[in-house]
Amino acid sequence: MLNNFVMPDLYPAAPEIFLLLMSFLVLFVDLIFGATHRWMAAMLTAVTLLGAALITLVTSDPQPVLTFSGMFVDDMLADFLKLMTYFAVLMMLVYSRQYLADRGLDKGEFYLLVIYATLGMMIMISAANFLTMYLGLELMSLSLYGLVAIDRNSTRCTEAAMKYFVLGALASGLLLYGMSMVYGATGSLELGGVAQALYQGQTEKTVLVFGLVFIVAGIAFKLGLVPFHMWIPDVYHGAPTAVTMFIGSAPKLAAFAMALRLLVYGMLGLATDWQKMLMVMAVLSIALGNLAAIAQTNIKRMLAYSAISHMGYMVLGLMSGVVAGKIDPFTATNAYSSALYYTVAYVLMSLGAFGAVLLLSRAGYEAENLEDFKGLNKRSPWFAAMMLIMMFSMAGIPFFIGFFAKFAVLLAAIKAGYVTVAVIAVMFSLIGAFYYLRVVKLMYFDAPVDSAPITAGLDVRVLFSLNGLAVAGLGLFPNEVMMLCTTALLRSV
Amino acid sequence: MNQQLLSLAIWLPILGAVPVFWAGSDRRDLVRWLALAVAVAGFLVTIPLYTGFDPKIAGMQFVEQAPWIPRFNVQYFLGVDGISMPFILLNSLITVMVVLAGWEVIEEKQAQYMGAFLVMSGLMNGIFSALDGVLFYVFFEASLIPMYIIIGVWGGPNRVYAAIKFFLYTLLGSLLMLVALIWLFLEARGSFNILDWHQLQIGMKPQILIFIAFLVSFAVKVPMWPVHTWLPDAHVEAPTGGSVVLAAIALKLGAYGFVRFSLPIVPDAAHYMANFMITLSLIAVVYIGFVALVQTDMKKLIAYSSISHMGFVTLGFFIFNQIGIEGALVQMISHGFISAAMFLCVGVMYDRMHSRQIADYGGVVHTMPKFAALFVFFAMANSGLPATSGFVGEFMVILGAIKANFWLGFLAATTLILGAAYTLWMIKRVVFGAVGNAHVAEMQDISGREFLVLGLLAVCVLAMGLYPFPFTEVMHASVDNLLKHVAVSKL
Repeated sequence: MLNNFVMPDLYPAAPEIFLLLMSFLVLFVDLIFGATHRWMAAMLTAVTLLGAALITLVTSDPQPVLTFSGMFVDDMLADFLKLMTYFAVLMMLVYSRQYLADRGLDKGEFYLLVIYATLGMMIMISAANFLTMYLGLELMSLSLYGLVAIDRNSTRCTEAAMKYFVLGALASGLLLYGMSMVYGATGSLELGGVAQALYQGQTEKTVLVFGLVFIVAGIAFKLGLVPFHMWIPDVYHGAPTAVTMFIGSAPKLAAFAMALRLLVYGMLGLATDWQKMLMVMAVLSIALGNLAAIAQTNIKRMLAYSAISHMGYMVLGLMSGVVAGKIDPFTATNAYSSALYYTVAYVLMSLGAFGAVLLLSRAGYEAENLEDFKGLNKRSPWFAAMMLIMMFSMAGIPFFIGFFAKFAVLLAAIKAGYVTVAVIAVMFSLIGAFYYLRVVKLMYFDAPVDSAPITAGLDVRVLFSLNGLAVAGLGLFPNEVMMLCTTALLRSV
Repeated sequence: MNQQLLSLAIWLPILGAVPVFWAGSDRRDLVRWLALAVAVAGFLVTIPLYTGFDPKIAGMQFVEQAPWIPRFNVQYFLGVDGISMPFILLNSLITVMVVLAGWEVIEEKQAQYMGAFLVMSGLMNGIFSALDGVLFYVFFEASLIPMYIIIGVWGGPNRVYAAIKFFLYTLLGSLLMLVALIWLFLEARGSFNILDWHQLQIGMKPQILIFIAFLVSFAVKVPMWPVHTWLPDAHVEAPTGGSVVLAAIALKLGAYGFVRFSLPIVPDAAHYMANFMITLSLIAVVYIGFVALVQTDMKKLIAYSSISHMGFVTLGFFIFNQIGIEGALVQMISHGFISAAMFLCVGVMYDRMHSRQIADYGGVVHTMPKFAALFVFFAMANSGLPATSGFVGEFMVILGAIKANFWLGFLAATTLILGAAYTLWMIKRVVFGAVGNAHVAEMQDISGREFLVLGLLAVCVLAMGLYPFPFTEVMHASVDNLLKHVAVSKL
């Protein structure tokens, strides 16, 4: 039997392998120096991510490469998403350094779990097979459960982690069940094989659609779409802000990759079926996310509901690729790249918004209530302006990146004939504008209740400023990132 | 140099705002002079737009075209015709006035105040010169941000409510417009070029839907009855400078939108809906005129008077004849001067008395004779006295209306009576009579700076009233072209 074994080409998976090896190093270093030199684990994690970025760039190939018997794919889309993931994780690490240190959370476990979660995301991004996808998803999810509970003395964190775990496990189960159904109907676990089988059309439609429903439910859970959104507010609220920032940024990229790979690369033949499901969920998410966010007094919860609505807008792009059952490559690329662009823009804004919470927090004090933003303009006009940019960008007001993300998605939706859906979406974004405006109102129109000086370190200050300027600058010149998204999609399997 | 004039008019104030913000609010003198320098420079660069303008050309002049977002074929496409060019000058001039008006009154965060107005000035110039749908939309919406901040930070006691109402009301309209813009982009086979859209053949049903989407957006901005309710709130709460910019420029954006988008892109729907639009306009003129009559707050009174005057503008557009449209455009510019002056006058009194109630005043003429003279002059202009600019526009629109239908003109003409009634009655109670109370007796007459601002506006109003030719001359060719275009069915 062993004679049949062929050593797989490891080259396309080099970044993943590097990350795995480095995680051992972080573990050892933390074991030896953890007690005395806590910064070493953090530094090493940052170096790991930079190294992985370098390897990803070097091993990048304009043509898609399949390896591990077709279970793993390395294409431009994967490279682009991975680079964005490293970038988001790195930003999270810089933002949260001081926050973690102040609360004694900057333990080796934290960095290790971050590396493993990142590894999970990378595997999801590169998955070309149901099993690989599931493997990556579980690696990411289990690491995230641990991260949410990292502050083990806090009941709030533990409760959030418990909720996340139970619901997450349920979603994974649904996904796996759906995959088994599709496997049963098509006889293939490979996404390419599934697509092939669907294309030939000699499959049991009932079983397929049955499986599809479960798969879509699993994806919707990871994206946080209504009605699978229940965990989002509780986990965002309960987790330490640094972890919330992590959950609210990079995993969205991985979830996007999962949705795209499973639905578009695997099951495009069932597009008319999943389109309807996605449309209902997108509209519900936009509606509920925006309405519920108004009632929140905690900014982390508010941003959680805002995340739900943003993912709804993103899905609006994702569902617009197939028009009336016909696949036109031009329209499809347009639609998927708009969804990708939306995800990237959202990650950038989300990092900034949570960055503001971290910026205002200090030892023993969490600036997580909306009240804490009162009078920020008096305390620091510069940071107030940056947060203003972030809020208006999320509300979709130009000249910021959030507007062009909404614009691209709406264009895709209208092009696919969903004019009514587009009108509903913009009407709810009007409602959404209210709660973003309220944050600006608190910062600019109200007197400060908390006049303590902002104690955040230079790194957080600089990063937050750069983040704000990026949201504004990429809004003034949105073309480059849009083009990158399109190129990445065109050069994918 | 001539090629980048419009870019200069847009970006000079916006970039000039950066050092103003940078100077910080502690160095007040530096901030004020810097802001004034930027505003004056911003006005000076727009003058060549008038002097270099060729009134014989109906098309766009000073055109700048460069790709902006090639991914969606969005262009950085600027240009002005006889319709939009005067507004850029008006806007840049008003910005200078606003900076001067906030010279001493604004004590808190003056740098942000001045900076916000400069940014807004640039954005407004962008709206008037954008010839690309997305570029227009982007300027149109971005201009909400500084206004929101201005009303909310430096406004009156109910400022938060007014600021949020202002923002959401306006956003409601513009979001529907965005959907319409994207629809037109797809219909035009991937072009956001507004001039391309003017040539587009569109069926009747989509025409009406697009007209309605634009209508919601522009009607809120104008504002037309019944979506006008944000305006009195915003005006009353906004600081003087905010009211001035709102009345003089922001209201014109909606009306401008009608001539740039609704009329030429969907002419058949415009004709189809004309009676509806005329009805709304007449309600604004007559009904809002009566509402203005009973106001006790001076700013509110002027706000309602603005709505009534803007009703005239929309009326002029939808009777589809040359004199009507030109009259409406003249009325827009004239209203820009007069309403700015009226709000500045109220601001002058408010700075001294901290009250806008008519009942708190009386006999101002005895203590502030110079001011009273100017205030009465502007009030006359507001009620449409011949030889002031207020008369020219109204007269032209009434003439146009009578051409279309006698009773239309008759109803529109009631404004001459109503306008005179509410304005002059207010003047009687505020300026004339015996000195109302001890506070009025202590009021100081206007300073040189205030005199300069009001005097300059008075000269503009008078010049335009006596010799409107330089204003109408530049419009002729463009309006002619517009009318020819609107007369052709696109079905």
